[in-house]
Amino acid sequence: MFVLIFLFHLSPSHNVKVFDTPNDKGGAVYIEWELSADDSIVSCYEVLRSENNVDYSVIATPLPHSNRFDDTDVKNGKSYWYKIRAVAGTDSSESAVFGPVHSSAQWFHHKRWNALVLSIILCGLALWYIMEAKKGKPLFIRRIAGLEAVDDAVGRSTEMGKPILYVMGLSIMGDIATIASLSILSRVAKRAAMHNTPLIVPCYDPIVMAACQETVKQAHLEAGRPDTYDESKIFFLTSDQFGYAAGVDGIIVRDKPGAIFLQGTFYAEALIISETGASVGAIQISGTPAITQLPFFVASCDYTLIGEEMFAASSYLSREPVMLGSIKGEDYSKLIIMIVMGIGILLATISQFGLLRGVAEKFIDWFTMV
Amino acid sequence: MRTRVPLVITFITGFLIILGFWIPHDPVGDIQSTFLIWYAIINGFTMVLGIVSLVHIHTRKIISHKSGYGYSLILILSMLATLWVGLYSGIKYGDLYKIDAPFMWYYNSIFVPLSATMFSLLAFFIASAAYRAFRARTFEATLLLIAGALVMIGRVPIGDVIWHKFPVIADWIMEIPQMAAKRGILIGIALGMIVTSLRIILGIERSYLK
Repeated sequence: MFVLIFLFHLSPSHNVKVFDTPNDKGGAVYIEWELSADDSIVSCYEVLRSENNVDYSVIATPLPHSNRFDDTDVKNGKSYWYKIRAVAGTDSSESAVFGPVHSSAQWFHHKRWNALVLSIILCGLALWYIMEAKKGKPLFIRRIAGLEAVDDAVGRSTEMGKPILYVMGLSIMGDIATIASLSILSRVAKRAAMHNTPLIVPCYDPIVMAACQETVKQAHLEAGRPDTYDESKIFFLTSDQFGYAAGVDGIIVRDKPGAIFLQGTFYAEALIISETGASVGAIQISGTPAITQLPFFVASCDYTLIGEEMFAASSYLSREPVMLGSIKGEDYSKLIIMIVMGIGILLATISQFGLLRGVAEKFIDWFTMV
Repeated sequence: MRTRVPLVITFITGFLIILGFWIPHDPVGDIQSTFLIWYAIINGFTMVLGIVSLVHIHTRKIISHKSGYGYSLILILSMLATLWVGLYSGIKYGDLYKIDAPFMWYYNSIFVPLSATMFSLLAFFIASAAYRAFRARTFEATLLLIAGALVMIGRVPIGDVIWHKFPVIADWIMEIPQMAAKRGILIGIALGMIVTSLRIILGIERSYLK
């Protein structure tokens, strides 16, 4: 028994490899190793690092069964040596040294070639159609019912002598949906100014509030009614989600607007607001990129801008050829995506029967974004 | 000049952030997070703008005794009370969210129940919206009604007891037709965002500059 304990020596980790972490800004190396043959009794592994291959210090103690570690505390261009120590109680054994290794920053993310190629194609198509539109080529864009109804909703509100409520949701200025919503607000505000109908815009974000005030002010100027612009109607409500929902609900119940526009980013408050709007009999036009809220809007609103329809609003409403050109480019991008998906489905189906398996895997790999 | 400067800033900022996706090297790689920090700092200051707007509108309502000015009074008083409790807790306890700080009591006893009340209203609104959506007046609404009923019954234990295939049908509806429609919409949204971003970067879309 004593002889057996004396003869036992903890097996070290093998095959230690250290690489400069690829596709990063430098300052990191990646270490991996084969587990000790005695991994079942190993209490931890220690990663040892040296800057001169003489003095080693422990920089990390990964748990047993771990075989990789990211050292993010290295300087670019400096040499480092590494070894792994397997520890079991008082016993330990060290692997062979690996090094020197240097970290460096990369100028191109080599796993994002696919994104670059696809972006060039998608943006190229949009630019191509913008240029075509500039040359005066007529472009057909399908009818979007939700946007066609904007003027009707404003008109209805005017006839009823009720105000219009424009809700931007929880949008912040960094959301693309906010920009799209501002375009719709511009149109609504212009029509409201022409008919002298009050427009109420409660805001969740102060920056969005400032942008809305400017948009509505400009709309009043364009409508030739700068005197009717009332800044107090475009105000900050709160930056709390349910506080905002409560505030908007309060406005709906008290002022009973004839038309409600729900355009922007919405979360759980979407249904609370839209159902309250439906309860007062307002005509409601909604639009959001939040896919989880779309079914609620479809259920409670008269018109809903689904998916890209909201982003097409500014082009659709302005009817500027250059803007419409970008929508046309988007449509052709969608066609390309549909073709790629069709080929992918075909290849994936064929590969199930053992045919073209390699081609299918390469195809799917190429379209997988990292 | 008033329009050109923001357009140039937008173009440079947008272009650099796009480049950062492919160039990990400093300073391009980290530029997006740097800009986001700037945005957070600016956003903090704009809160003052919001508070000024809020106080201005509601004090005007109170002074002119407009209809519903009582609500404005409650709002201003609540805001001042929150500010006072916050300052008191901050000065006396060093941390607003310390377990025995008055602000924590204020938060747990007033703010949380009010938010929870608003959130729980969703249950009633879902029922009324579902009633409207599920009225089988058209072929599409009937299809929605059948699909909705199958998913609901497949997602509760009694569905499995009634017929073991209900959960399988519910999963199929969620994973195949529902997912296909959802992904179709998502692709449309992504493309819409890309093209809108492109219009903004190139200065074609200027609605935010008005």
